[in-house]
Amino acid sequence: MSPEQTDVLIIGAGPAGLAAALAAASSTARIVLLDDNPLAGGQIWRDGPQAELPEQARSLRERVLGHPNVRHCPGTRVIASAGPNTLLVEDAERGWQIRYDKLILCTGARELLLPFPGWTLPGVTGAGGLQALIKAGLPVRDQALVIAGSGPLLLASAATARHNGARIVRIAEQAARGAVAGFAAQLPRWPHKLLQSFSLFDRQYRTGTHVLAALGSDRLEGVRLSQQGNIVEVACDRLACGFGLIPNSQLGQALGCALEQQALAVDGWQATSVAGVYAAGECSGFGGSELALVEGAIAGHAAVGEHPAAQALWTRRARWQGFARALNRAFALNPALKALATADTLVCRCEDVAYAELSGHVGWREAKLASRCGMGACQGRVCGAAVQHLFGWQPSAPRPPFSPARIETLLCLEDISS
Amino acid sequence: MKPCADVIVIGAGIIGAACAQALAARGLRVLVLDAGLHGATAAGMGHLLVLDDNPAELALSKHSLQRWREIAPALPDSCAYRSNGTLWLAANAEEMAVAEHKYQVLRAQGVACELVGGPALRQREPALREGLEGGLLINQDGILYAPATARWMLQANGIEQRQARVSAIEGNQVRLDDGQWLSAEAVVLANGIQATDLCPELPIEPKKGHLLITDRYPGSVTHTLVELGYVTSAHNASGPSTACNIQPRPTGQLFIGASRQFGTTDPAVEGWMLARMLKRATEYMPGLAQLNGIRAWTGFRAASPDGLPLVGRHPRQDGLWLAVGHEGLGVTTAPATADLLVAQLFGETPPLAAEPYLPERFLGVAACA
Repeated sequence: MSPEQTDVLIIGAGPAGLAAALAAASSTARIVLLDDNPLAGGQIWRDGPQAELPEQARSLRERVLGHPNVRHCPGTRVIASAGPNTLLVEDAERGWQIRYDKLILCTGARELLLPFPGWTLPGVTGAGGLQALIKAGLPVRDQALVIAGSGPLLLASAATARHNGARIVRIAEQAARGAVAGFAAQLPRWPHKLLQSFSLFDRQYRTGTHVLAALGSDRLEGVRLSQQGNIVEVACDRLACGFGLIPNSQLGQALGCALEQQALAVDGWQATSVAGVYAAGECSGFGGSELALVEGAIAGHAAVGEHPAAQALWTRRARWQGFARALNRAFALNPALKALATADTLVCRCEDVAYAELSGHVGWREAKLASRCGMGACQGRVCGAAVQHLFGWQPSAPRPPFSPARIETLLCLEDISS
Repeated sequence: MKPCADVIVIGAGIIGAACAQALAARGLRVLVLDAGLHGATAAGMGHLLVLDDNPAELALSKHSLQRWREIAPALPDSCAYRSNGTLWLAANAEEMAVAEHKYQVLRAQGVACELVGGPALRQREPALREGLEGGLLINQDGILYAPATARWMLQANGIEQRQARVSAIEGNQVRLDDGQWLSAEAVVLANGIQATDLCPELPIEPKKGHLLITDRYPGSVTHTLVELGYVTSAHNASGPSTACNIQPRPTGQLFIGASRQFGTTDPAVEGWMLARMLKRATEYMPGLAQLNGIRAWTGFRAASPDGLPLVGRHPRQDGLWLAVGHEGLGVTTAPATADLLVAQLFGETPPLAAEPYLPERFLGVAACA
């Protein structure tokens, strides 16, 4: 079967991908916008029965998805590189190849989940994970929630939960009071962000506080916290715990794009080190949705050769990069978080690998072979980042299939040798 | 130079580990040096099988399978040893004739096996396609997880392990990357495909292979399923080739192989080769097409010109012993290789004739033996 042809292929339909599509669509370019979620919006604008999207998101999505030059492929994953400028992709029905002139990676970020005793108990999720579950319809009404970890996502997650009737009994931010206060003091420089996150400051919010253990035998009953130096226990029905975001750089890495501090390295046009491949949003460095929007627009314009339009956005980007820097500085992770896991704490949930089985090894590959860590269905998506944080082991570039794929789909790779 | 051990073994894969374990069992102090490159032991399928392409291969694999059965009760769970049998698949009458011939040869050697007709084949393995001619079941073949097994072997008393890259060998002395020289009574070279870096005279070629593992589908396959075309198509071809090889793991996952390519040392997973290999497997088991593959990788078999390993004294370097060139059968033949090597080192009569595997068949007879 001959590949689908497109001028611009965009991977990821979050803020960066939507903005890139809209910018590129101002030319006559044909655009394919591919996303592994059933609905466009990415993580921050995740839609669902209990989601309330901001007006900006709704309108951007409508303009992009309604555009005649844009073909949206929801529920679709990239499986492999299938030759020059060609990717093999798969949705629920079929696998096929897409050939592109320009590729824009807007693959976003995922939560850093660090292992601690009890983190695999039912009732424990990521902070963003809980938000996504609630938007998808998970009932939380009258449940007692503890939200822990680091960064503004804790507050956003708390807001969603509260809006859906949950009782937030504690928000535990690991960063120290001084760092968070310093960050808050700078917020008037980015007034929109101020509204989004720190207006949510509330009396359950504690800085200098991190989780020590999730308590309970068959399911979660409470949380033990180190709260400004004291150990406290809080009863709860759910614990949502996320330690910030890490860029989804794997696809770019597999295509040969250079990395810079775990993110895809880009230049002023959002171009990666590989010709014709751009990256925007969280996969090129964490910075929030405003930065993702402007980076996406720059990448979209640049990909279709509209450099003046792209350059006109540089000032706006610089402003939100300032915000990103302040954010990353304020919420830097406390080294004590590396010591949460005990010998029998599971690090890899797919293959049931405990901390003690990993701690003696010299590197990721050796540890993987010895313990099967990262060899399960998630292929190290969760434990890889944790292990990198805990032991400093750099995961290797992914090999095809980049995601679990039907063997039938992989058969489509047969005729690419020519 | 003061000897640092009785024997230095280069390579901590399954061959080096088996040799080290056997030497330590004789009371020797063994130093195992490994560069951490991860060779065929980490990449392979861990299939334990009797092969009978020639009498020497049959003798080696049969003896080794017997040794694995003796070792098995001591193996920890992590080694995932199972005696699940190999079912050789015949697609047509010609291949069934090969199966019948194999059956005669193996029975004559006392290897437990049975011929299976077409209908009975699908009773034993319902996921196979209809219309296969039949098969040959080798009952006592098995599988194991080779990286864990090698690590277990290296835990024996008397073995010291060190991560170090050897940059040169001179007889019973080795030079490490940092310039340091180490010596011992004997040096055993067991580093698979890397052997030619240290001994360029060895006739060993890398043969690249791809593998894929699926998600967990417990109970879908019982035996390791290998097409009989394997004997003709994969083993003897010089160009890229594939053959159906499906192995159920104890986790419920399926390993799917096999491919062979010469003339490349690029470890990248090549989509076209992966697809060809998977296509071959789906021709035997159509339902595979709907299963999820979760990971693919490659490895390199250290192939010798006649398909047999080189086990014994290096004819031109005193104090250097070889245990290399096992191609795709290193896991199967590791215990037999260790037996052969140890017997020769101690000047004893080995449990099977050593001649077919002696390095001098390629390197010439020793000048000063």
